[in-house]
Amino acid sequence: MKSKADVVIIGGGVNGCSLAYGLTKKGLDVVVVEKKYLSSGATGACGAGIRQQWSTVENAKLAIESVKIFEKLSKELGEDIEFRQGGYLIAVHDENEMKQAEKNVNMQRSLGLKVDILKPDEINDVVSILDVKGMYAVGATFCPTDGHANPFKTTFAYANAARRYGAEINTYTKVVGLKTKNKEINAVATDKGVINTGVVVNAAGIDSKEIAGMVNVDLPLSPFRKEIMATERLKPLFEAMVISFKDGIYFSQQQEGQIVGGIPIPEERSGYKTMPTISFMQHMARTLTRYAPVLKHVNMLRHWTGFYDVTPDARPILGEVKELKGFIQCNGFSGHGFMLSPMVSKLLVDLIANHKTPDVLINLNLDRFKGKKIDREMYVVG
Amino acid sequence: MKEAKRSIICRCEDISEEDVLKAIDEGYIDLEELRKKLRIGMGPCQGRVCIQLVMKILERKTGKKIPKVSLQTSRPPLVPVSLGTLAGDKDEK
Repeated sequence: MKSKADVVIIGGGVNGCSLAYGLTKKGLDVVVVEKKYLSSGATGACGAGIRQQWSTVENAKLAIESVKIFEKLSKELGEDIEFRQGGYLIAVHDENEMKQAEKNVNMQRSLGLKVDILKPDEINDVVSILDVKGMYAVGATFCPTDGHANPFKTTFAYANAARRYGAEINTYTKVVGLKTKNKEINAVATDKGVINTGVVVNAAGIDSKEIAGMVNVDLPLSPFRKEIMATERLKPLFEAMVISFKDGIYFSQQQEGQIVGGIPIPEERSGYKTMPTISFMQHMARTLTRYAPVLKHVNMLRHWTGFYDVTPDARPILGEVKELKGFIQCNGFSGHGFMLSPMVSKLLVDLIANHKTPDVLINLNLDRFKGKKIDREMYVVG
Repeated sequence: MKEAKRSIICRCEDISEEDVLKAIDEGYIDLEELRKKLRIGMGPCQGRVCIQLVMKILERKTGKKIPKVSLQTSRPPLVPVSLGTLAGDKDEK
């Protein structure tokens, strides 16, 4: 392992690897440290969705710009990341939800996004297997350029490209301490040695809180276990991701044919336990077959858990910590790290390599939680 | 294509020994990374047929003993169960 680098990235998820790619491409010397294997955290457990329909301007902007990058990413990285734009259909269940949806659609349209508001009888034109009555839908919003990609392949493709540009990626390497000097980051201590560096990116997902704690920076992150399942492969049935904020369900059919989806179980509270539960399987199966009764004969093959690193406003913490020079946050994605990663990396590469701090980084800095009124993202699912 | 000599490791996802060896050579030396790269163990058998074989190949290629090679995470329900069965007959309360 190298003993010195321009930048050390903690975390080998999609954000850590895409940052490593972006920074090495700019000519910087980058070392990534990952405590397990690449995509072993939230990235590898995620639902693969890529959505631009948000309730806050920052998230919508980050997502719209990310989709533009996703569209060209397979070509750019030289590996197929299985990006597909089948759209996101967001079910709306009552008048209040429709009011919120209309407000959000207006905001999204003002950013140039094409979003439609569907009447109940138009829902089956997008996803034919849905039972509109059974899901109690009074309408839906639909953005045709939303979609999904393969999170593993995206992460591996970023990592492979980063290695070609000279990044050193160390898996099964645990960070044991951060060293500082005169309120500046100075080195990262791992169980395999010390790396001297002036810049550390904390992209460790739910472990970001522990990492920041090593230098007494308090991140307002709470771990929320989420469960998600996959069925056997089926012939192509539908292209859109279907989600409902009221029921918390989301599901889509992936490129290989399996249906992947999740739902929160009502009794779930914040915590670090990872055991999958029977109540999830039952709740998911009941809700999914209520939305799409035709799926009742389809087999569930497996389900697994992952963590959302949730912030008080459900938006990520990005950029340099004010009190510690060189300590950069890239965490708190609250369940949306994969879909926002292309633009987030672009912004952080610009910050680290070119010292640029656009408004979005100011609005998403850690110091927004200090006594100010926060603009909470409402559109969180799963 | 030398179809006749193609040894299948993962029947569900149609992955051959050559596919596994190629992925290991590309740097996917972790069982979970291999799984995520090739979809090994993601089919209806959930790894019952292939994972032991992949572990043997990994052991041979990397020179690490099996306990050092990571084990696959267990993901219920372990055998395929229909959504209708999981949902039960009763309506949700």
